Amino acid sequence: MHIEEKLTPETFPAEPEKATLEGKNKFLGFWFFLGGETVLFASLFATYLALKDSVAGGPTSEELFKMPLVFVATMLLLTSSLTSVYAMYHMKNFDFKKMQLWLGVTVLLGAAFLALEIYEFNEYVHEGFKFSTSAFSSAFYTLVGTHGAHVTFGLLWILTLMIRNAKRGLNLYNAPKFYVASLYWHFIDVVWVFIFTVVYLMGMVG
Amino acid sequence: MANHTNSGNPNVDLAYRRKKNAEEMKFQVISFILMIFLTIVAFFAVGYEGFSHWFSVPFILLLATVQVAFQLYYFMHMSHKGHEFPALFLYSGVFVAFLTVLAFVTIVWV
Repeated sequence: MHIEEKLTPETFPAEPEKATLEGKNKFLGFWFFLGGETVLFASLFATYLALKDSVAGGPTSEELFKMPLVFVATMLLLTSSLTSVYAMYHMKNFDFKKMQLWLGVTVLLGAAFLALEIYEFNEYVHEGFKFSTSAFSSAFYTLVGTHGAHVTFGLLWILTLMIRNAKRGLNLYNAPKFYVASLYWHFIDVVWVFIFTVVYLMGMVG
Repeated sequence: MANHTNSGNPNVDLAYRRKKNAEEMKFQVISFILMIFLTIVAFFAVGYEGFSHWFSVPFILLLATVQVAFQLYYFMHMSHKGHEFPALFLYSGVFVAFLTVLAFVTIVWV
């Protein structure tokens, strides 16, 4: 299929993200990138696990972490993962407006998650848990902060796509872009599942 | 593009595709409910005093792995055909990730 072909719901392909060569390449290249991201986060998780008990007289994970905050953050991010699935569902049905709507909901939930994280870091710093307090604090802020940076980047990416294509509508040029951005957003949630388990929940049982 | 459902009548194909998409959406909603459930179980397992951490740590790690599998195979469509290379790339990453974490929690003695 040609990239600039004018499409109707009838002619829109079942897998629009892979209907063009460019889309196929994006799809493969992006999964390769996600493999690399897995390794990046693994190195940060490994560092954190090695250093989490080196508190150097500073606050420990049991003293710092609060379960309700982490639980709410987890629910926000998990729900935003579902809303981006909704967006891709509407993309496959060639319903541009509904796709934009659900991407917008995804961005709002992601922004709420980010706001909670900023609040949390701010609280910790006021409790005397700074980046340079201990090996534990450095490893914690680097790991969780890198994830937060990914959330920020994902939000800006999805917003940019939404605004850039607002008047253009859905076609085979931008369908792979939306699809790949939603894959990125799911991957952010995948990393968060391990953060809330390994960092927060394991940090609360000691 | 290979279109195996081409009946020559675009409206019939459309109806069929919509139905397929709706079916997939149903599976995704079910996986979402299961993921929420697994999350709640993990939080309760940590909050419950009766479990020692020798039980709760492997248990919540298992729950996280199951939840990530749902995310990858349903939300990120890895259960669809045409995902052989994505699986190769991702599992190569997971393999290196596993070795890295294993090395840092066993060999490092800081």
